[in-house]
Amino acid sequence: MVGLVLVAGFLVLAIVGPLLTADPAAQDYTAPLAPPSGAHLLGTDDLGRDALARVAYGARVSLEAGVLSVLLAMVVGVPIGLVAGYYRRLLDPVVMRLVDVVLAFPFLIFAVGMAAILGPSLRNVIIALSVSLLPGIVRVTRGEVLVLRELDYVAAAVADGAGDGRIMFRYVLPGATSTLIVQATVGIPTAIIGEATLSFLGLGVQPPTPSWGVVLTAAQQFLDQAPWLAIWPGVMIALSTLGFNLLGDGLRDVLDPRSSR
Amino acid sequence: MTTPVLEVKDLVKHYHVRGRGQAVRAVDGVSLSIGQGEVLGLVGESGSGKSTIGKCVLRLTEPTAGSVHLSGRDITHLSRRALRPLRRDVHMVFQDPYSSLNPRFTVGQIVAEPLRRHGVARGAQVDERVREMLERVGLGAEMRGRRPHELSGGQRQRVGLARALVLEPKLVVADEPVSALDVSVQASVLNLVADLQRDMGFSCLFITHDLSVVEFLADRIAVMYLGQIVETGPTKKIFAEPQHPYTQALLSAAPEPDPARQRERRRVVLAGEVPSPLDPPSGCRFHTRCPVAVDTCRTEEPALIGVRDEERPVACHLVTATEVPDITGRD
Repeated sequence: MVGLVLVAGFLVLAIVGPLLTADPAAQDYTAPLAPPSGAHLLGTDDLGRDALARVAYGARVSLEAGVLSVLLAMVVGVPIGLVAGYYRRLLDPVVMRLVDVVLAFPFLIFAVGMAAILGPSLRNVIIALSVSLLPGIVRVTRGEVLVLRELDYVAAAVADGAGDGRIMFRYVLPGATSTLIVQATVGIPTAIIGEATLSFLGLGVQPPTPSWGVVLTAAQQFLDQAPWLAIWPGVMIALSTLGFNLLGDGLRDVLDPRSSR
Repeated sequence: MTTPVLEVKDLVKHYHVRGRGQAVRAVDGVSLSIGQGEVLGLVGESGSGKSTIGKCVLRLTEPTAGSVHLSGRDITHLSRRALRPLRRDVHMVFQDPYSSLNPRFTVGQIVAEPLRRHGVARGAQVDERVREMLERVGLGAEMRGRRPHELSGGQRQRVGLARALVLEPKLVVADEPVSALDVSVQASVLNLVADLQRDMGFSCLFITHDLSVVEFLADRIAVMYLGQIVETGPTKKIFAEPQHPYTQALLSAAPEPDPARQRERRRVVLAGEVPSPLDPPSGCRFHTRCPVAVDTCRTEEPALIGVRDEERPVACHLVTATEVPDITGRD
């Protein structure tokens, strides 16, 4: 429940926030590094840009990166896992060894490497993160499929003469959806932190576009003069991550057939 | 004689144990046949390979050797595609009513699947057939919209029966269809199977470990031990006079409803465990636990032949034209 509220809050912030606040690129030359005040609720940064506007607009960029990269990873990873698990003899060994190779690298190291190769931009960040998320999703999907394909109702469909495609999509995959939804929800915070890290390192979203990671990097130089600049993007990253994780846990409880039936 | 609906010849199924180079010999040379409208009860303990035979008949698992003929047609090596039209004639009822129904489908959809798959009916006809079939298994039309988790075990198993029978198959493989149910529900489901079998006339391979169930349902029975059939024949004859020592032990273990007779009866408790199918005993597989085993049993594998009665072959060296071993009379 808490997770749902937090996530809903962030979605509202990302959609509505930028409409209500100032232009995140507009500079107020009279007040660089101004502390929070009536004119600038969270103060301004070194170039005199409104911090609140940048955090609100950054929510859009960060959540977009988080959600899209997970979606992309699911769209590619779920079919791979499904097919690998279903044709266990034929494809599984090959696919799983490839997955093992990628999984041998820590998530962020791999994402950093990918982003470095692709070059910095929001699009490339999303690609780099989704490729890094892919092996986990392939593996979870495959694991579910391995269990589900042995169930009697799948055998009944085979005995009935159902084709492989129908069995995979009508009998096996639906059984895995709840696990996959949870997996996706839990993947989003990883991706958000990944995006923030890449941007922080300069491999991600490029200034002046504000993502939470970009804002955080800029604020780092002024930690002693203007600590309020760093606090809010940091809090946003922490809270959104927490929110998605709680939502994932909650969904697990609601969707898991083993707990609800 | 007409062609049997199902004929299994020298069926072998070995499962390879990874890394050890050994094979679990789940089924090791089983032959059986089922005639039109006949019910064959396949009895044996857990691990004797009876379910594996059921799966091989439907090609849910690939036999290692041997052949399976359906109505005279060899299906052992048919491709999955070529097999598809034949699936209309055979279906299976599974043991576990909780995993055998797709939890995402409604009861109506589950029963309609086979009809749609084989293009037997379409549109309103499907609904009609589904309703009719559900009614035959004792489920009201209101059940059609329910999902499996809303049903009891007995109701689920009725749905499983409806799904298996909706295409009016020639052969039904029933793999312990009642052993997961409460005893009170078992009886009603068994009666239902018996009634449907009589009305629809399908042949049935009924797999079970419960002797009272086969006695009630089966025309003939086949007793399995460690992947092989040790004795087979008409149910009445086998129950009246079991010849193989293993069959005798099994029958003596089944409780007798009449308490007076139960008290008088002598039970034979077999010593030891079923040997591992990884490394079955030489000679007769039962010799390690057989109270009357002689030297020949340890070295020579007995053939399944009808020495005394053409109709009921027994795989035991001690069953001869003049003598039958009796382990129930011994101390």
